Parts: sequence; structure tokens; C-alpha cells
Amino acid sequence: MADSDGRQVVSINHSTEEDVKLQEVVQAKCEGKELTKEEKQRLRKEKKQHKKNKKDDRGPPEKEKEKEKASVLAPSKPATQSPAHKAAPVPVNASASESPVAAEKPAKSKAEQRAERRARQDTERASKQGKKEGGQQSASSKPKATPNELQPVKRLPEHIQVDDPAALKKLAKKLERQQVPLRSDYGYKVSLFSHLHQYSRKNPPTQQISIPATVIHPSIVRLGLQYSQGIIAGSNARSVALLHAFKQVIQDYSTPPNEELSRDLVNKLSPYISFLSQCRPLSASMGNAIKYIKKEISNIPSQCKEEEAKRRLQECIDSYINEKIILASEAISKYAIEKISDGDVILVYGCSSLVNHILCEAFEKQRKFRVIVVDSRPRLEGREALRRLVKKGIRCTYVLISALSYILPEVSKVFLGAHALLANGYVMSRVGTSQIALVAKAYNVPVLVCCETYKFCERVQTDSFESNELDDPDDLIVTRNGKTHLENWQTVKSLGLLNLVYDVTPPDFVDLVITDLGMIPCTSVPVVLRVKNVDQ
Amino acid sequence: MTRRRFLSGSASVQAFRRLDQLTILARNQRFTETPVKMPGADKETDLSERIESFLSELKRCGSGAGSLRGSAETARETTALLRRITAQARWGNAGELMEIIRKEGRRMTAAQPSETTVGNMVRRVLKIIREEYARSRGSSEETDQQESLHKLLTSGGSSEDNFRQHFAHLKANVIEAINELLTELEGTTDNISMQALEHIHSNEVIMTIGRSRTVEAFLKDAARKRKFHVIVAECAPFCQGHEMATSLCKEDIETTVIPDAAIFAVMSRVNKVIIGTQTVLANGGLRAVNGTHTLALAAKHHSTPLIVCAPMFKLSPQFPNEEDTFHKFVSPHEVLPFTEGEILSKVNAHCPVFDYVPPELITLFISNIGGNAPSYIYRLMSELYHPEDHELYTGK
Repeated sequence: MADSDGRQVVSINHSTEEDVKLQEVVQAKCEGKELTKEEKQRLRKEKKQHKKNKKDDRGPPEKEKEKEKASVLAPSKPATQSPAHKAAPVPVNASASESPVAAEKPAKSKAEQRAERRARQDTERASKQGKKEGGQQSASSKPKATPNELQPVKRLPEHIQVDDPAALKKLAKKLERQQVPLRSDYGYKVSLFSHLHQYSRKNPPTQQISIPATVIHPSIVRLGLQYSQGIIAGSNARSVALLHAFKQVIQDYSTPPNEELSRDLVNKLSPYISFLSQCRPLSASMGNAIKYIKKEISNIPSQCKEEEAKRRLQECIDSYINEKIILASEAISKYAIEKISDGDVILVYGCSSLVNHILCEAFEKQRKFRVIVVDSRPRLEGREALRRLVKKGIRCTYVLISALSYILPEVSKVFLGAHALLANGYVMSRVGTSQIALVAKAYNVPVLVCCETYKFCERVQTDSFESNELDDPDDLIVTRNGKTHLENWQTVKSLGLLNLVYDVTPPDFVDLVITDLGMIPCTSVPVVLRVKNVDQ
Repeated sequence: MTRRRFLSGSASVQAFRRLDQLTILARNQRFTETPVKMPGADKETDLSERIESFLSELKRCGSGAGSLRGSAETARETTALLRRITAQARWGNAGELMEIIRKEGRRMTAAQPSETTVGNMVRRVLKIIREEYARSRGSSEETDQQESLHKLLTSGGSSEDNFRQHFAHLKANVIEAINELLTELEGTTDNISMQALEHIHSNEVIMTIGRSRTVEAFLKDAARKRKFHVIVAECAPFCQGHEMATSLCKEDIETTVIPDAAIFAVMSRVNKVIIGTQTVLANGGLRAVNGTHTLALAAKHHSTPLIVCAPMFKLSPQFPNEEDTFHKFVSPHEVLPFTEGEILSKVNAHCPVFDYVPPELITLFISNIGGNAPSYIYRLMSELYHPEDHELYTGK
């Protein structure tokens, strides 16, 4: 679409003034002439070159940059490869379209050094490239090892930089450009968490959107609302809903003239992703799903017809859901059922779709066990799990998390679900999970975490402060015996309410992680990630 | 028969005298509206009325986890009632007094078994009686205690007879000692709060759970001179933490309310954990509000000191091994309300009120007599209570 291209051109305008050819093209655009496909390709290549000279610490990871350089050196490589890698989002939770934004932040002080180093590496790589056949992927993996000092620092995701006014301004500008409404924080934030957003459910992000929304697809608007109001909750549910919404988007998409589907569709998705992350920060599973979709879109060959491409993408999405979520849960159930024996008393926390599925399967296979459901304020998700299990006919007990020490001596196993598994072996899950694991460890009760591999992410975290989500603080208010103590908490100056959503469990509390690849210890997560990356 | 014939002459005089008495009493009745009975019985019925009303209050106030009045009040009222019993009941020697008190004590503890301060005060008063008796007799109490094992072996049940002697001043001495106990009770919260500045420094993050009036006073006292941050875990389902937070905010203390599930998540930033308790058990463990054990484990994991502010009247000679009497449950409606409908009948819901915290997780006890380690509790107990009074139910 000319629009997105125009945005890119505008951003280049901000950053570089040097390339004359670029100016020409810009002028041609301003004069209203239609750019042909070839011109657009050339434009892109030149833009990349400029970016290469300008960019410093932040930016896409090294592998991507190496590929870009390799593509510059070996023009035989299809041009579609590089934008694919350029567009692939780096940190799991970041919105992907920050690459044009990244170009806006030059640090000219190091530019010359970097240019020199790059020139040196180019020559090195040229000699290596001469030995091997043209632009292979493996060529880039070798030079990745050598320039260690050029290892780029990962770009910090926006949603943990709320206390940095510069980052906020950048975000505001980006959202304005994408015509996505900016959601404002609500209420007094506890100082320990000033780096996170805190939204109120009463101010949905859709208030400022005009109807009909011009930029954002209606199914995405609906999805965003469902996220922000908590109607769709739970890692798997959110990912599946996201993928279905994307299927709808792809169905309704039509390639504008002089544009390639593979490139344009990816750019179309960026404002949607920004909007969704404004509604509710993206989860690790959603991030991985988005990465997959973008990769699939970019891999569509340019000669593919639109209908064919769309059909292929729909199939990809369906197979992703099927493989990574549905079949994975079948596999995990099979492994987990081996661990459930007759007479067991199993403790579960909150509502994890995977754990509920496992228990229902085990019950169908005639295992005799009973379940204790532990729940916590303010979400009280355990009640939903309780309903599902009772409907199946499983014998259940229900307590709140403060009664954990009372109920644990009866328990023989603990099954927990996970929101994400981090690369250092920590389990990120609903707040309260770490507490359950802690007390279970004190009573020597085995703790088993069930998690699909698509939720594994490369982030690392050691405590629950670094990256978390703050939910609406008004949820903590409760009325008992006609008295609401916290009713006017906003007016009281020194009172803060903290409603955390996630917490991290250290790996020494977890005895076993059951994944679709098998039963692994918590510390093997980076191994699985590496294996997955090599496969892809 | 013979008596009647002998008095027949003066019978009418006596009858008139009795009539006079009755008219006087009747006149009194009109003014005071008390039922007509012997003057000495007035005090007794008054006393038993007070005891009955106290018992019914005890029974009533145990419906929720946060009792309608704090344990300090209960302790004070119990002691006042025991003083009244000592003053008004009929007893001739120390043994009889102890019997009466034990009997009333049994009734009071049976009314509300979870309110242990009642039993503790009864035991304190019994110990006071023993001490006063021993002092009147002239023997010192310490020697008695030291040789208790020796005494057991050599002179079997001789302690039984010791309390049968009558001393004229015993009543006054006992009442005076009980008055001292009452003064001590009134000053406990202040004594504990005075130690606050020793333990709380500036810019600390302190965590607490639920609502304890002792801890509230402790923190407020420290807040007068120092600035710190308090995190209160709300302690579902009764959410007493909310009340605590609003009350602390009135003194301009930076407070944050967190749900129980977030205790471990925020513990890494906490410098100290200060909690109150319902009872301090004989082994140094606690019977505290539910959720405290989790808090203690999280503090242990992060090596954060756990400080318990408990006045001495909460120290109870019970041990935590009696599983059926240790826990108290309230209506599961608090946990799973009736609005949940059909699943209610198929589900067991539990709502325990108390938690056991083992002494290994506790760093320090701060009481009105100063700071102590949990390993010292057994010694304090022997100073407060006599070993024979530990079991009120099997007392002699």
C-alpha cells in the first residue's frame, strides 16, 4: 500500500539527508508519480544500506544484520529474504514495527567506528563467501561468532519502560503515526512498579477510536476489547483468539496494486499489534505466534497468486494451532497421565486449560483421584476450573490460597500451568504459583509444571519485578458486611493497591516440566529453544 | 412439736418480727425492684449474672476471624471478672478459691475454645493465688519450683494439703496482685510500641498480614520519627488487611495493599516481616491468622527476619499436636458463596481461620517484657504459669 511505503519514506527523511538518489525518489513520490515495483525494491535496498551505516547498539539481532550484509554482498539472494528478517520482531513482547523508529535514533559518535569495523568484516566475509556457494544461511552463522564486540544490546520492550519519558514519547509518536489510540495509565502506581503500565478496565482503549475504524480491522478491535475487559484470558485462549482474528484479517485482505503481499501484509499487521499491546501487553505465546505468522507471510514467494497465498496462510495458521496447541495438549496429557496414580490427591491452582484437560482425560481413563482447587483473589479463576471439573464428575475441594498450609498435608501432587517458560529455567505463571511451589517444597510434595513448547521464550528474569503486568487496582476493593474500606483509596495520599498478574517461580521449586517433547527438568528450557531454532 | 409448744407464747412476737422484716424487705423491693431473697445471696446472683453475660459474649464474638474486640480487651475483662469472683464468692481457704476459679475457668474456655487469652488469664490468677498463699505461709516460691522433681519423688501428694490453711489477709493480697496484673495488661501495647524504634529504620520496606492492633501501634509509633514503607497482605477471605491499611494511612505511612497470592512475588524487596498472632504456643510456635505460614516460609526463603509482636498474655501452655482442637473453621460461605449454585453441593469448601507457624521460621518475639528468641519461650512460660495449671480440665 502506498501509505505504508510513504511512512517508511517519511522516516528515512528524518534520518538521512545524504543520498541523492533517495531524494530523487522522494521527489518523484511527492510529485504523485507511481513508483514501480522495481523502484520500490531499489528504494528498500538503499534504505537498508543507510540504516546499516546509521544504526548502532539497538536494532535487530546480529544474525539479521549479518544476513542483511550478506544480501548486500550477494545480490543474487532474493530481495524478499531481507525484509522478512528485518521485519521479524526481536524481543517477544515488543511491537515489531519499531525498526523505522529505530532509524530515528542515531548515535553519530560511534558511527565511524562501526563503519570501519563493518568494512573489515565485509572483507572477511567476502573471502568466506568466495569459498561457499552464494548467500547461504550458514554463512551468516559463522561471522556471528567473530565480532563479539558488535553484539547488539537487545532493544528493551516498550511496556517495561513506562518510567522513561523519552520512551513514552517515542511510543506516542509511533502510535500516532499508526493511528492507534494511546491508553493512559490509571491511579497511583506503587513506586516499585513505576516502570510498568497500569490501566483501568473502565477506560477501554476503544473510546478514542472512531467508528468505523479506518486503520484497524474490526475483528482486531473486538479482540482488543475482549483482552482488555478480561473476557478472553489465559495464554492458550488468547493465542488461539489472536490467530483466528488474523485469519479473518487475511481473508479480508486484498493486495493493493504494485505491492507484494508478503511485504505489505506484514506492514499491515504492525498497527494491529500495537493496538493489541495497548489493550493488554502481549503474552509470550502471542509473541511467538506473531513471529511465526510474519515469517510465514514473508516466505510466500512473490509469484504466488493472491488467492493461493491467502489459502496457504490460512492453512499455516490452522496447522500451527493444531500442532502447537491441540496436539501438544494431547501429547502432554499422555505423559502426564502416567504420573497420576489411583488414590492421588492432586492440587491445582487457578484455571489452566491444559491442566484441566489433563485431569479430564485422566478421569476418562478411569484413574481414581480427587482434586483440590486453590483459588485467589481478586481474579477467582479457580471457580471456573471448579465448574469444569465438577461437570466432568471429578471430586473436588475448594480453598483459598491463604489456607494452603492447612490443605497441603493431604496433597500428593501439585499440577501447575505456565504462562511462559523463561530461558534461565524460571516459570512465569499466574501470581500465586510461586507461593504454591514454595509451600509444596516445604512439605515435600512434588510440583509438576505443564507447558507447551510454543510458550518457551528467550527472555530471562529473576524476580517478579523486572517484567510484569499490573492489572486494574480497583479489583482489590471488596465490600464485606456492608463496609468497603478501600472505597476511596484514590483520595488517600499514601495508599496504593497492587494487583500483579504474573510471578516467576525459581527452578528449584519445580520438580518436572511436562512438554510435548517429553518430560524435562526446568533447566533444560534453553536446550529446547536451541533445538527449535536450529530446526527452523 | 415440743419446740412449737415452747415458743407458742412468743410465737406471735416472732411472727410479728418476721412480718416487720418482710415489710421492710417489701419496701426495699418497691424501691430497688430486686426479687425478695436473703441479703447475702444478692452478691452471688449478681456475680453469676455477670459470668453468664461474659460467657454469652464470648460465644457470640467467635463468629468471624477478626473478633469483635481484640484479645487485650478479652484479657482485661477476664481478669476483672476473676477479681470480682475472688472478692464476692464464698471461700474459706486458697484451695476452695482455686476450685471456684478453675470451675469458672473451665466454663469460660469451653464457651470459646479458640480464645486462649481467657484460659491464660485464669492460669495467671491461679499462679498468683499459689504465690500469695506461699508468701503468707512464709515459704518462698522459688525453692518450691526448684525441688519440684525431687518433691514428686519423695513426698507424693503432700502438696494437696498445702492449700487448706486459712489466712486472713489472703483475699486482700490476691486482689492486690490481680490489680497489678490488670495494670500490666493495660500497659502491654505501649510497652511493645516503645521498642519500635529499635527495630525499624528509615527507608525500610516492612510486610505484615491481616490486622493486628499490636502491630498497628508498633508501626505508628515508629512512624512518628522515621519514614518507611509498609506492604499489607489483605488476608482473604475476611480482608482485615484493608482496615489495617486505611488505619496506617491516617498516620501518613506509605502503605500498599497486595492480595495474598502476591506475597512471594514481592518478598524479594521486603526488609522485615512484622506480624501479630492470636496465640503463642508452648514450643515457641504460633497460632496465627491463615496465610501466616506461607508468609513465614517466603521470609525464610529470602532470609528476611520475621518478628512477632505478641504481649505476654497471649502465651499459652498448649502444644500444637492436637490436630482436632488446633484448627477452627468458619462457614465456607466466605470462600464459595451460595451464589455459585449447583456446584456447591458437589464440592467441599474449607475455611480455616488459623495457621500453625513452627518456631524455626520465627526470628524474634517482641513482648511487653522485651525481645526474646523463640527458644526462650519455655522459660517465660514457667515464670507465668504453674505446671499443675496447664491442664484446666484435669485440675485438682
